[in-house]
Amino acid sequence: MRDAEHRPDPYLKIENLWKAFGKFVALRDISLRIEDGEFICFLGPSGCGKTTLLRAIAGLDLQTRGTVEQGGRDVSNLPPSQRDFGIVFQSYALFPNLTIERNVAYGLENTGRSKAEIKERVASLLQLVGLPDQGRKYPAQLSGGQQQRIALARAIATNPGLLLLDEPLSALDAKVRVHLRHEIKELQRKLGVTTVMVTHDQEEALTMADRIVVMNHGVIEQVGTPTDVYRRPQTLFVADFIGEMNQIPATAGGEAQIDIGGVVMQLASHDFPKGHAIVAAIRPEDVIPHGARAHEPGGDDKIETEANALEVDVAEMEFLGSFWRCTLKHACFKDGNLYADFSMNAVRRLDVREGGRMTVELPKSRLMAFDRPEG
Amino acid sequence: MNQFRKTLIGAAAAALAATGALAETELTVYTAIEAEDLPRYAETFNKSHPDITVNWVRDSTGVITAKLLAEKDNPQADVVWGLAATSLLLLKSEGMLEPYAPAGVDELDPKFVDKDNPPAWVGMDAWVAAVCVNTIESEKLGLDMPSSWKDLTDPQYEGHVIMPNPASSGTGFLDVSSWLQIFGEEEGWAYMDALHENIARYTHSGSAPCKMAASGEIPIGISFAFRGAKSKAAGGPIEIVVPSEGVGWDMEASAIVAGTAHPEAAQKLIDFTVTKEASEMYNVGYAVVAYPGVAKPVEHFPEGLLDAMIDNDFEFAANNRARILEEWQSRYGSKSDPQ
Amino acid sequence: MSDAAYTIPEGKNIKGKLSRDDLIMRASMIVIGLYLLVSMVLPLYAMLSKSVSTFRFDLAAFEVQVSDESGANFSEPVTFETLNERLGVVEGLDFIAGSDGRLGVTQFFPDFSFRSPVMYRIRSNQEDGRFLVGSTLHTGTEWLELDSNTFRRVQLRPEQSYGLGNFKTYFSTPALSDSIKNSVMIAVISTIVTVSLAFWFAYALNRSCMRFKGVFRLIAMAPILVPSLLPGIALVYLFGNQGFLKELLMGAEIYGPIGIVIGSVFFTFPHAFIIISTALAISDARLYEASVSLKASAWRTFWTVTVPGARYGLVSAAFVVFNLVITDFGLPKVIGGQFNVLAVDIYKQVIGQQNFEMGAVVSVVLVLPALLAFALDRYVQSKQVALLSARSVPYEPTPNRRTDSIFFVYSCLVAVFIVGILAVCQFAALVKFWPYDLSFSLNNYRFNRMDGGGWAAYFNSIKLGLLTAVFGTAVVFFGAYLVEKSNGFRTGRTIFQMFAMMPMAIPGMVLGLAYIFFFNNPENPFNFIYGTMTILVVCTVTHFYTVSHLTATTALQQMDREFESVSASLKQPTLKLFSRVTVPVCLPAILDISIYLFVNAMTTVSAVVFLYSHDTALASVAVLNMDDAGDIAPAAAMGMMIFYTNAGARILHLIASRGIIGRTQAWRHR
Repeated sequence: MRDAEHRPDPYLKIENLWKAFGKFVALRDISLRIEDGEFICFLGPSGCGKTTLLRAIAGLDLQTRGTVEQGGRDVSNLPPSQRDFGIVFQSYALFPNLTIERNVAYGLENTGRSKAEIKERVASLLQLVGLPDQGRKYPAQLSGGQQQRIALARAIATNPGLLLLDEPLSALDAKVRVHLRHEIKELQRKLGVTTVMVTHDQEEALTMADRIVVMNHGVIEQVGTPTDVYRRPQTLFVADFIGEMNQIPATAGGEAQIDIGGVVMQLASHDFPKGHAIVAAIRPEDVIPHGARAHEPGGDDKIETEANALEVDVAEMEFLGSFWRCTLKHACFKDGNLYADFSMNAVRRLDVREGGRMTVELPKSRLMAFDRPEG
Repeated sequence: MNQFRKTLIGAAAAALAATGALAETELTVYTAIEAEDLPRYAETFNKSHPDITVNWVRDSTGVITAKLLAEKDNPQADVVWGLAATSLLLLKSEGMLEPYAPAGVDELDPKFVDKDNPPAWVGMDAWVAAVCVNTIESEKLGLDMPSSWKDLTDPQYEGHVIMPNPASSGTGFLDVSSWLQIFGEEEGWAYMDALHENIARYTHSGSAPCKMAASGEIPIGISFAFRGAKSKAAGGPIEIVVPSEGVGWDMEASAIVAGTAHPEAAQKLIDFTVTKEASEMYNVGYAVVAYPGVAKPVEHFPEGLLDAMIDNDFEFAANNRARILEEWQSRYGSKSDPQ
Repeated sequence: MSDAAYTIPEGKNIKGKLSRDDLIMRASMIVIGLYLLVSMVLPLYAMLSKSVSTFRFDLAAFEVQVSDESGANFSEPVTFETLNERLGVVEGLDFIAGSDGRLGVTQFFPDFSFRSPVMYRIRSNQEDGRFLVGSTLHTGTEWLELDSNTFRRVQLRPEQSYGLGNFKTYFSTPALSDSIKNSVMIAVISTIVTVSLAFWFAYALNRSCMRFKGVFRLIAMAPILVPSLLPGIALVYLFGNQGFLKELLMGAEIYGPIGIVIGSVFFTFPHAFIIISTALAISDARLYEASVSLKASAWRTFWTVTVPGARYGLVSAAFVVFNLVITDFGLPKVIGGQFNVLAVDIYKQVIGQQNFEMGAVVSVVLVLPALLAFALDRYVQSKQVALLSARSVPYEPTPNRRTDSIFFVYSCLVAVFIVGILAVCQFAALVKFWPYDLSFSLNNYRFNRMDGGGWAAYFNSIKLGLLTAVFGTAVVFFGAYLVEKSNGFRTGRTIFQMFAMMPMAIPGMVLGLAYIFFFNNPENPFNFIYGTMTILVVCTVTHFYTVSHLTATTALQQMDREFESVSASLKQPTLKLFSRVTVPVCLPAILDISIYLFVNAMTTVSAVVFLYSHDTALASVAVLNMDDAGDIAPAAAMGMMIFYTNAGARILHLIASRGIIGRTQAWRHR
């Protein structure tokens, strides 16, 4: 993000943010810029600091060091009530003794709006979240998904500049979750409101976010578009946390070369000195299966980089619906396995079967190298 | 509605004016007089002094004394009317009483007036020790009717005698101090050692022993004559015995609290307390009153009580109170095994 | 990533700007905190300083001159200290006295005779030195010439100083310090008996299929509605010398430890029952299934599953009962006889002997075991939380004719004990003159003819109950809200929380006495509330603050933690949230707190016994005072009035709760 400093000011600018709870440091030197109208997801395992960061942005838990600027205004030390945001929590936090209408109207009261205006606004909000007829009910009379939509309506009622969503979907069951994902994204696009959502669900982040901020142990591991973080993870953590990834111990070879258990393979590039302990990584779906004519030149099944091809044993096959997950073994993996996802088509065409042998390629452009952590 | 409101306001104003005219001064009066006597006393007083309102603060002797002492630096009371002389002596020794010789004090029996001049307190009526004996229970248990203090140490009464704890009851203390005066220090304690053997337990209040005797709970209660007469009147099957050695007594007395904001009204009240009229008023409950010659016999009151009253040395009692109680506590205070 | 990146850079922590809400909430918290400071901490401090306020005879402060036989020609002045050095009249602890201490002077003159013509001159060499002639107080440094007959009436008065002298006196006086042993013994025995009885009762109600469980539950709660001294009165009628059941005691005396234990079991039973019943109700059925599948015997299951499952409840109940018994004043006062216990000692020292300093000493001594039991209870309860949060399947008892009927008989016995005590009191109240005239009359209800405050006392009590309920609930609930839901201000909240927990560890007698010391001080700006209804309300609210606070806190903790965040994000004032959402949602808890305060205000004796005045006499104190004066039947009558009032209040509370919950908590029902 270093070059970002030359760009015009973003909507939300976080600089050198630290948060400590006693001796425990929850956020370390976080800097982040969020553009106007963006949908950002904070993604990471529990305890990574994503919620802490969200609460710092909201002013609910003040950071220990660092600044937060929103819309060009330094809000670093302002209480929540003097910032400009709407927030939705995992628990919905709907006021149980107020009707849906009054919940949604809550933030509209005492703002100079007339009763009729409020009524109209509430009606249109309920329309917006697809629950136009539920206004007279109490929250407990609605389903979880409906309640969360009401919470959303309440949060956007006052047209805040920033919408904060703290794991809004985690309390819902899988089907509702998928459905609501799209609705929220749709709504955000319609309103154009800058949105920050905290989630530990990578699928949620990948489908909803414009950009994902992957966090771990209180630091930002990577910021990028969903395809970015999926295709080009910058750290082993990101590679591992998002999607699935084969991790094979290896050592760095010469330029753009790595050594996997004696097999030297090619990859796009790497920055490690020769002999450095690394982890070679490739996603299961990126492993290319080859048939008998793989080594024939000019064939449609031609191996791209001969050095990256391996003759492997198919140890196990697991049918996962739309594809087969195959467990492949090769001397260079030692006791480890290589997992590969092959389409039904490929399996049928190439007659892949348990106990058989086949050729696979770890394509140069998809093979990655990361520093191998000690131990 | 409006008319009604006007009438109401008018009435309220009139009422206010009326109380204003009648009650120019309000006196806070601390007292240990029996609750049921208070309205009568105030009424009688107001007959001659309608301009002074008496606000009673009533409690048992111990509580009122504690209250007065606790308020030593910030007295709330203007007058003490009807508190044990021993307590008043305690207050006097703290410099809390305003000496004042009420008009007509010379008429009183000198026994009832503080020896200082002007006196710090003046007495009203006496409050004499006596023994209440339940005749029904005595008969059931085959107990002889006691006639003297010494009789009560007889083994036949073991567990059948009850008396107030001198540490918490004024009556209890007057018993103990009278025994020390009657028998002398050494023999007095020896007497109490023997009596202790027969005591079922020591009560916190001075009237409780007689009430317990009346209800048959414990057949013999060392209490005071006034209470005995009342219990008897209430139907208790008791005999009131005046021990032959003589009986201790204390008096109810009155005094002005030093620093009162209403000295004139306070003096008027004290003046009233020594009048013949006042003594007649006390005489309804008390057989022995300060104004000589007015006492009429009180129903159920034992005969010969007046003659049995010892020549009580209040100064001795007050100045040795702490020491006597300490001694008493160490001898009988922790009867932790009541069986 | 380098190590340096893991440590926070030097610099100042960001300090949040406070919103208007933050300021209001902090200010309110400070106000309620100050209330607790004034109504509890400062009085206790005043009491503590009273306990170390000693009175010492300062012999060096008094000088004396003695004349020869002619009555003229005085000797050189000599201090009493010099005389004492020669004679050793006063030694060690003798120097320490109460505020009422006196020291006769003649003992310093071995050859004193009151008939001799020798004259004496005495003075204090300090302006504030005090001595008496007879009972007349003398101060100042003027010489006072007295003849020997008057001189023998001279008493020296002690000077106030500070030190542990009172404590030394206390522990070297067996009559006083024996009470520690007595109090602890009574509390331990009562605890064992109550907890065992309550355990089996709760067990019967939770784990058997016997009938009339609702009735039994109701009966078990009845003792909460009466002052603790009421069972004492019933015991007199039952086991006193004229009692119906006197023979049952086989010659033993009810006045003393036996009476205190029986009465304590009565009045602490509901407290133990609630706690143990809650503990038994949460036990996990799966453990029983496991035990059955392992073919464990019922007895073994009991010891390996039931008892361990309820152990925190049992321990907690034990501490609560211990604390209730050791701090109770009313019951031992009524039925304790000569058996001295700490709480009554405080009363005797203060009311009987006007020895405030010693009263303060006993108070300090009483606070220690109470504090210890309280601390242990809190510790145990904090452990139980983990157990409660575990997911478990509720246990459903299965009918078993034999055990069900055994439990039924047992529960009946307990119920008979409780109902019997109350019935005896009611009977006593109606009988004309026990035991000689057994006809019924309402004479004993003519309270105006007895000491204690009459019917006015009864109505004062109701007034106190209502004021305490209204004012107390408001303060307690708002205070709990502030401490639970305000942002930051951690030190302030911790201090507040500590203040809120303290009252439970402070026995009522101690609190009441502390109030005398604190509020009766003329320099105290709050002095004006002394002797008014206000001080009774303040004292009662403070006395029962902790349980109310915990009830409020529990209710508030069940509220979504994010309501305040949402409210702030919607830029709405927090107080709007408080009144629109928090209060309506917590209404059941609020009603519980108010009935708790009302019932306790009606029954409490210990704290208010030092504080009531003629105009503010209370029913519970009237029970005590009427009993004290030997008017036992009217005392029982007044006690039963309290019972009926509280029972009525409970029923009203129930109806009100149903009504209000029906109206405002419609959202609870789907």
